[in-house]
Amino acid sequence: MDIRAGVATFDGAAGIRRLAGFPFALLTWVGDDGYPISAAITPEIDAASGHVRFAEPAGLSVPVGPEISLTGSHIRPQPGIGYDERRHVTVWGTARREEDGGLSFSATAAWGWDEATIPFPEYVERQVGQSRRYLARLSAEAGRAVKPRLSLGWLTLRATRLPFLSATLIPVGIGIAIAAVHGSFDLPAALLTVIGAAAVHLGLNVANDVFDAQLGADDQNVNPTQYSGGSRVIQYGLVSLRRMATISVGMYAVGVGIGLVLLLTRYSPALLTIGVLGLLLSLSYTAPPLKLVYRGLGELTTAIGFGPLMLVGAYVVQSVGVLRPEPFVASLPIALLVMLILYVNEVPDRQADARAGKRTLPVRMAMPHIVNGYFLAALAAFAVIALGVLAGVLPIPSLLALLPLPLVWRVREGLVRYFDQPYGLMSVMAVNIRVHLYVGALLFVCYLLVLALAAVVPGLPLYIRWG
Amino acid sequence: MSWIPAPVIELINAALVTELTAVRGDGRPITYPLIPMWDGERIVMTSSILFSRKLEHCKDNPRVSLSFSDPVALLGRPDRATIQGDAAVVDGDPHIDWERVLPLWSAKEPVILQFLKARVAFPLFFERSVIEVTPRRVLYWPDGDASSPPRIVLAPATAGEAA
Repeated sequence: MDIRAGVATFDGAAGIRRLAGFPFALLTWVGDDGYPISAAITPEIDAASGHVRFAEPAGLSVPVGPEISLTGSHIRPQPGIGYDERRHVTVWGTARREEDGGLSFSATAAWGWDEATIPFPEYVERQVGQSRRYLARLSAEAGRAVKPRLSLGWLTLRATRLPFLSATLIPVGIGIAIAAVHGSFDLPAALLTVIGAAAVHLGLNVANDVFDAQLGADDQNVNPTQYSGGSRVIQYGLVSLRRMATISVGMYAVGVGIGLVLLLTRYSPALLTIGVLGLLLSLSYTAPPLKLVYRGLGELTTAIGFGPLMLVGAYVVQSVGVLRPEPFVASLPIALLVMLILYVNEVPDRQADARAGKRTLPVRMAMPHIVNGYFLAALAAFAVIALGVLAGVLPIPSLLALLPLPLVWRVREGLVRYFDQPYGLMSVMAVNIRVHLYVGALLFVCYLLVLALAAVVPGLPLYIRWG
Repeated sequence: MSWIPAPVIELINAALVTELTAVRGDGRPITYPLIPMWDGERIVMTSSILFSRKLEHCKDNPRVSLSFSDPVALLGRPDRATIQGDAAVVDGDPHIDWERVLPLWSAKEPVILQFLKARVAFPLFFERSVIEVTPRRVLYWPDGDASSPPRIVLAPATAGEAA
């Protein structure tokens, strides 16, 4: 089967084998008047030999010589919904009249689609090139550019991958909350931190699409999901590459501008170091020359960027440069879990990434190592929380953040079960994102709880103190 | 009132899927399954620009046929029909022009309304064209058996031309 051109074409023999699975066939030819004619027949098909015989429909004259076709088509009605089990095949060939008056059929080529073989989302993705060709034709016919559209809200959501902003809001929120527990809180600085960090994150998301489009990684991917494969707004023609690049630069400009304001008003060497390092890592994630994600360093970069840099950075903005172990320790589970979001989301992309030379960890490793790697890193994230509490670094209510631990087993089982099924992995990726979200939210709530308890019950021991 | 025999209109209205056959530039017939809708005069179908080869074929050669042949897709009806006609592709604005057929479409595939709410997930799927087929000739097999000759009915203008 050849699906490179977006349509599943195969040779005549394979087409006949598929046709044998249908209860009847639609015999079609082009009449002398130029209109196609079809009649339902029940051919005798020997799938092994590829031999096909059928009786000529009464009252109609099937041409002998010109190309004709046999089509099998099937759906299963689903009342109140529509239908499913879509599959069809058309086999082309020529008819020959037999001595007994019947007709035999010699197949030459075939095409078709079976959603059990090529899932609908993949089939759609493989047709994107055809849609662009058609829009080009429409534009030429109309004398104006005809482009696909989405409402501004949906387009913004899709192009920036806005829902992933939780990866920024969680560490920044926790960093600010820890600083508040330590007695430092400045609302304007907190708001600027959130906006600046979010701008850099969205700038990174958009830049990632720009460079992946330029380097071919997203074009290679025919199994994108809502969690993987990029926003695809460039591939779909919804936003031009140039406009995406402009949006990315704009987002970074906002982030850098806010960073400069914070440096000017709350300067500390720690903040300067974190800001510069964060910007460099963000820019180097997909952009040449470093292209860290293409070298198997994307996961580590993500862990550092969306873990310690975001969380400790938000903390030092509030503390004006004072560093303590607690925000760093609190950032470690967040770093591991956000890294695992990327890591699991790279699993369905791994074949396309490999073709584009994007050597992510799932590209480099075999399935058992990928699954075990996930499991160990996830357990390590929870272990850090427990050990942090036992060591007296994290407050006792942090143990609440262990509650999502059972989800780790669900992700591991899902990875094993759906490893080679991109669309089956969607639910697994969703659960994995929830692990990060829940742990982060619970840590944040924990610090709000600590603040409240300290205010209501002064002197209440909230950290374990040995000896 | 349409010249199309009533049982054939009932077939169109019952059918979840029809097989549209167009003729490629090289003369080869090519068949696509589509949802047929009857607007009172024409058989109307809609196709995403993703699957737009059929649209190109119909634009290049509007002579097409529609087959109503699968008893399962016809919800158990045993009769069959082939309708030959002329196709017109309506795609002035693929983003919204097709929405006029949404009531007819959702009557046969209700789940499409749910998909449409998630348009952001399949933006190109909902950039669509409409194919309108004006019938010229109907071949009808009341018992669905092609071993008997079909009943053939011509459109009035076509019948006049033939006469």
